[in-house]
Amino acid sequence: MAKGVDKQITLESASSYFHNGMSLMVGGFGGVGAPPTLVNLILEKDINDIFLISNDTGFPWIGPGKLITEKRVKKLIASHIGSNPEAGKQMQDGSLEVEFVPQGTLAEKIRAGGMGLGGILVDVGLGTVVEANKEKVLVKNKEYMIEPALTADVAIVYAKKADRYGNLIYDKSARNTNPLVAMAGQITIAEVEEIVPVGSLNPEEIVTPGVFIDYIIQSKGVDWKWVWELKQGTGSQEGQPSK
Amino acid sequence: MGLGTETRHRIARRAALEISNGMIVNLGIGIPTLVADYIEKDLHIMLHTENGILGMGGSPQAGSEDGNLSNAGGYPVSIKPGASYFDSATAFGIIRKGLLDVTILGALEVSEKGDIANWIVPGKRVPGMGGAIDLAQKAKKVIILMNHTDKYGNPKIVKDCSLPLTVKEGADMIITEKAVFHCEDGKLYLREIMSPYTVEEVIQTTGASIVVDEHISVFQ
Repeated sequence: MAKGVDKQITLESASSYFHNGMSLMVGGFGGVGAPPTLVNLILEKDINDIFLISNDTGFPWIGPGKLITEKRVKKLIASHIGSNPEAGKQMQDGSLEVEFVPQGTLAEKIRAGGMGLGGILVDVGLGTVVEANKEKVLVKNKEYMIEPALTADVAIVYAKKADRYGNLIYDKSARNTNPLVAMAGQITIAEVEEIVPVGSLNPEEIVTPGVFIDYIIQSKGVDWKWVWELKQGTGSQEGQPSK
Repeated sequence: MGLGTETRHRIARRAALEISNGMIVNLGIGIPTLVADYIEKDLHIMLHTENGILGMGGSPQAGSEDGNLSNAGGYPVSIKPGASYFDSATAFGIIRKGLLDVTILGALEVSEKGDIANWIVPGKRVPGMGGAIDLAQKAKKVIILMNHTDKYGNPKIVKDCSLPLTVKEGADMIITEKAVFHCEDGKLYLREIMSPYTVEEVIQTTGASIVVDEHISVFQ
């Protein structure tokens, strides 16, 4: 792993870290904050049989949802797929194996992976199907499930700004799962809107320390603005309770 | 599905009455999202979103939307003074620690004991639970907004849920286009109906035992 001072690489170099059958963690929430240039790169490079870990599957043409639509994913861990009908279809026909995890538990499992922990103790989902096949433990007379930490071969994130060391600053609610995913990759590649020289970011404002980031690439621009312009007809139905 | 705009807004208007000064509130997708429009303007409320905002404001003016500032449903929002942004682990730490005063969610079924089913219809619709289990299990007060019956006219308020649960005994209130129920001590109490429905109509279309109060108010 290259941990040099200048971590900016070309898209072509970035593509060398993707491989068939890789576990891939993707930042973002409902497509917002998912790294579009890196997702497109994975599509272009014909990477298949991906084990995808992501908060959700975005929309069919936004975020990691594209990888599902193009049938590149064989297994998925996510909290919901409700806004991506293609994911639901593949789950029903058996071509996509899906494990659902409550959203907060998923975020914390990813965070634990990035923090070097073995797992977390959580009670969210006790009394529901979530507890099936979970190891349990009593701590101070309270029951918890043991949820193993999650890491991935490659993690890809989106950030607003980075210096060349890979220190990251995010933008508003496009931060979401990105700081967690950024820590949990064996290799983490950050797609960044603006890359600035080392020393020009205020250390007080850096959200992800560059030590977690292996490489940065220049973003070609985001594609999620139309998440909310699509509104109806995307599979995101009103009355759908889960997020 | 099914309910007209006016009815949906009336349910949202009723739900907004449950929100009082100083509360931390999370609104789900669908009718719950509409509740924001009816919260009294002079109340100091902090709206929480799972994607990492505390202090969410209303919809921005057309043309001034920010692609990096949305609610959990992906729709553009604004922020209020005092707002903060944070990652998803923190967003759910706020929920898990019990800091949410109220969460308002949709549901597929609610039982008379307050069990909620709202994330999966096995073999048919499998959207996943998203943040619903975290919210329904951990918020201090859980309010369910939903159609009184499904599209075939079957009750959605039932003795026992037939669908996999989101949470056991989690609901505190159910508000439909026909009535307002309180779930207390494993029982369903009816003290308020929505105009123009009658108590008889509510009982007929509810699949659970109801304790009907002798004083019934009507919400217009």
